[in-house]
Amino acid sequence: MPMHSQVFSQIGEAAHALSSNRSSRYFGGGTLVMRQVNAGNQSFDTIIRSTDPSLKQVQISGDQVIIGASVTMSQVIASRDLDFLKSAASVIGGPAIRNMATVGGNLFARSPYGDFTTALLALEATVALSGGRSDVPIADFLTQRFREPKPLVISVSVPRPRDGNAFRFLKIMRVKPMGVSLMTIAAHLPQSGGRLANPRVAYGSMGDTPIRANAVERALEGKTLDAQGIAPALAVATEGITPRTDSIASEWYRREVAPAHLERLLLGTGG
Amino acid sequence: MAKKPIQFQLNGSSKSVFVEEGQNLLEVLRREVGDLTPKLGCAQGACGSCTVLIDGEQIVSCLTLAETVEGASVETAAGLANGPTLHALQEAFMDGFAAQCGFCTPGMLVSAKALLDKNPSPSRGDVIEAISGNLCRCTGYEPIIDAILAAAGNGHNSAGRYSGSGRQS
Amino acid sequence: MIEFRKDIFADERDDNLNEIGKPTRRQDILGHVTGRSPFYDDHQFEGLLHLKCLRSPHHHARIRSIDTKPAEQMPGVHRIIQGSDVKVNLNTLLSLMNFGEDDEPVLSDKKVSYVGEPILAVVAETERQAFDAIAKIRVDYEVLPHVLDPEEALQPNAPLVNETMPGNAFPYHEKYNHQKLRFGDVEAAFAQADHIVEDRYQMSPIEQAPIEMCGAIAAPETNDRFVCYTSTQALFFSLGTAAKVLDVPSNRLHFIGGTVGGGFGGKVDSLHEPLAILGCMLTGRAVRYAFDRQEEMQVGAPRGAERWYIKDAVMNDGRITARKFTGYFDVGAYTRLSSYAIIKAAGHLPGPYTIPNVYADIYCVYTNRTPATAMRGFGITGVDFAIESHMDQIAHKLGMNPIELRLINSYMDGDMKAHRREAKNTALVECMQVAAEKSGWNIAPDFKAMSSHNGGEGWRSEIPHTVTDTNGQIGNGVPASTVRPATTSIPAYVPSQNPSYAAPPAQPARPVSPPTPQSNVQATPTAPPQASAPASSSTPKRPRVSRFSSISGTRRR
Repeated sequence: MPMHSQVFSQIGEAAHALSSNRSSRYFGGGTLVMRQVNAGNQSFDTIIRSTDPSLKQVQISGDQVIIGASVTMSQVIASRDLDFLKSAASVIGGPAIRNMATVGGNLFARSPYGDFTTALLALEATVALSGGRSDVPIADFLTQRFREPKPLVISVSVPRPRDGNAFRFLKIMRVKPMGVSLMTIAAHLPQSGGRLANPRVAYGSMGDTPIRANAVERALEGKTLDAQGIAPALAVATEGITPRTDSIASEWYRREVAPAHLERLLLGTGG
Repeated sequence: MAKKPIQFQLNGSSKSVFVEEGQNLLEVLRREVGDLTPKLGCAQGACGSCTVLIDGEQIVSCLTLAETVEGASVETAAGLANGPTLHALQEAFMDGFAAQCGFCTPGMLVSAKALLDKNPSPSRGDVIEAISGNLCRCTGYEPIIDAILAAAGNGHNSAGRYSGSGRQS
Repeated sequence: MIEFRKDIFADERDDNLNEIGKPTRRQDILGHVTGRSPFYDDHQFEGLLHLKCLRSPHHHARIRSIDTKPAEQMPGVHRIIQGSDVKVNLNTLLSLMNFGEDDEPVLSDKKVSYVGEPILAVVAETERQAFDAIAKIRVDYEVLPHVLDPEEALQPNAPLVNETMPGNAFPYHEKYNHQKLRFGDVEAAFAQADHIVEDRYQMSPIEQAPIEMCGAIAAPETNDRFVCYTSTQALFFSLGTAAKVLDVPSNRLHFIGGTVGGGFGGKVDSLHEPLAILGCMLTGRAVRYAFDRQEEMQVGAPRGAERWYIKDAVMNDGRITARKFTGYFDVGAYTRLSSYAIIKAAGHLPGPYTIPNVYADIYCVYTNRTPATAMRGFGITGVDFAIESHMDQIAHKLGMNPIELRLINSYMDGDMKAHRREAKNTALVECMQVAAEKSGWNIAPDFKAMSSHNGGEGWRSEIPHTVTDTNGQIGNGVPASTVRPATTSIPAYVPSQNPSYAAPPAQPARPVSPPTPQSNVQATPTAPPQASAPASSSTPKRPRVSRFSSISGTRRR
């Protein structure tokens, strides 16, 4: 079946076309969809794009930053309002990919990709869908993202960390500087009175989607961010999680190295 | 199958072609326009051998929807030389053994040009970052990094001739 | 910067060199930096057609039926090529040198023995149309048990991977299921040894991963010839293979190549030219057949996995008095060049060391993995990794300086090598001395004073009395090797979404009807159909007479 390509200036029109055609895919930056097109993927024959300029905007709204779904990784890196996400955007692919890959597109990247989404998960971002809710918690979104009718993301809303240093990000790759993630860890570690208050830790490339490491979060709550304080968290680094086996690493390997990488992230000795 | 007409600048010349819906820019450049310098290495955006510049920015043409370059300025390795006069980067690559099989070379040169056009005096780290999306299986990268630094260090400009260490050509 | 140690072996050469030792520009680098180097794909053809293959999603399966009807009339499809279209649909690459037996189909429509094995080819106006057509083809597979480990494959009840190769082993010299090397008496030396050091070493398959993927474009040329632009590393090899497989005189084939976007050994297997030319013959148009990146990594031949067991007899003073090797080359489902790799390895043993007793059994084993090929030091790299790791193990066990251990055992000029050639122009001693000096690794003065010229004395130059055996003789039953279980489990293969890998159909397929030829090339019957062999064989068949070859017997000096 030949490929078809449709472009809409209004995001609502694009959303309608997407949800009414089961063999369509939304084209953000193309870094995921064009791979499939080039490989002759038979599950879709229509690419849908939108040129709606609002998709490329970054706006501040109170303590939230609203990132348009078509904002590229390069734009994130260049944006002062998104400086806390620079470390995550900087390790997505190489320079060319970063000029093309979008925040919205990364939400649909399957493991072992999706590193930027892992950062958003740790920051408890919400997702605005065209014709739908404007504040879907990202964890919920990740469980529904491939269901029909396909959702079209308009923007992602991220609470700005009060302390920029409280957000940490580590992507573990064998090949540097551009490599696939063996494990990605994003952590928001706010402190109050020298102790962790509501820490959030997310893993990428460990499961089929980015996931929160709930056991680690519970173990870090109220602790000091030093070797002694984090020891209980390291002991439960993969509790409740079954790491995936893929061509990058086995479940066993991921389980073995997770505590080591988590320790480096928490103590600031990683990267 | 419907075809869409597009018009864009390629290395300073105006091009008009018809492209298939869903066709990628690499295929259009190679087959429709006849510029064979960007190469097909993976069709996944991972190897960088298809790297071209769109409005001065590095992109991988294998993942670029051809119809999206309407009105844009595209640069490939074919546009580096000025007639018979090679670009400083090309001279530096030749002097510095920065190519063996040559397949990654056009992509490397384009990435290097994007860097030097923005940052005429890059650090070694800047160079590594700029070519981090271009894979090479032959050279081990060091000669390429050295050649780019050499081209930058010798008064690079877009039409300049590299006056290196006086080796025979 | 390169440093030239002209003081070493100074008396053995003239030093009036004009080119060697001076930097010079590569003759092709101007083409590389201008993007004008003519890789095979950098040629334009009017009306170029695209060939893609339907490939096995299974490690091992019998094909009950193929239904190409739904694909034949799809938009843009010009021709579907099947095994019956290939004049000589069973080949082995070294048949060009009269070595081995034809064992590999160009297109396998009866049995598939590795994931990715090509079953048929679709030629269409665009790649997308070829993919669309492939997705519609129905293949009915009977999945067979598979084996992915070479020692398991040699067990008597292992699945038979390659119907030409009973017992899953290449028959060497029509006699043994492995290549032997015998020199002296290792068992006697083991009995006298101060230490026995033994270990196991293995290497996974390694993919060459060139940036340019394998491919060829064939087009009709004047005077009833075909021109073929190809990425091959071996133009004459490829031309000869295409001529044989398509049964055309080689003077009808015009091969153009030599500009290779990275080969590293991975572009010597000549898979693409025959099908591209056949597509051209059958359609009258230029045809391009190239791997995509997934095929390059999965189907393109890697360096094969190897496993080596080494057992050494070692004396307290560091002399290695015996070395026993058992080597398993996992060559995948078909022979290709691997039978030769084993012989190369045998000639390489025991490494650059003079050891008075050497014993080796090297097996060329068939498994349901991707057929292997050459890569950087074909046949040698894996065993050298094993040998040098083993030397370090010995040094560690004896508490010796590992460089000094190597110097003690180094071969030198005049020594007799295990495969009965005199060592000449050796330089291991000098290389290790310079490496030690450059890396600041101390070695004792006696070792710094050694020279490669001091070999050949006494026992070193003699061929010892050698104990031989007839273990592993074909026809007399092959003894089971001791099973050592693999320590890593191999994850189950999940077929990709790529339509080249057809998934099993949801409904039973209709019986296949042969496609009508669309050109005036007569489709003559291919090689006689294989008798349906049982899925496993308990006794090895008597082998057909294999061709004698200069590789394994008398060698040209």
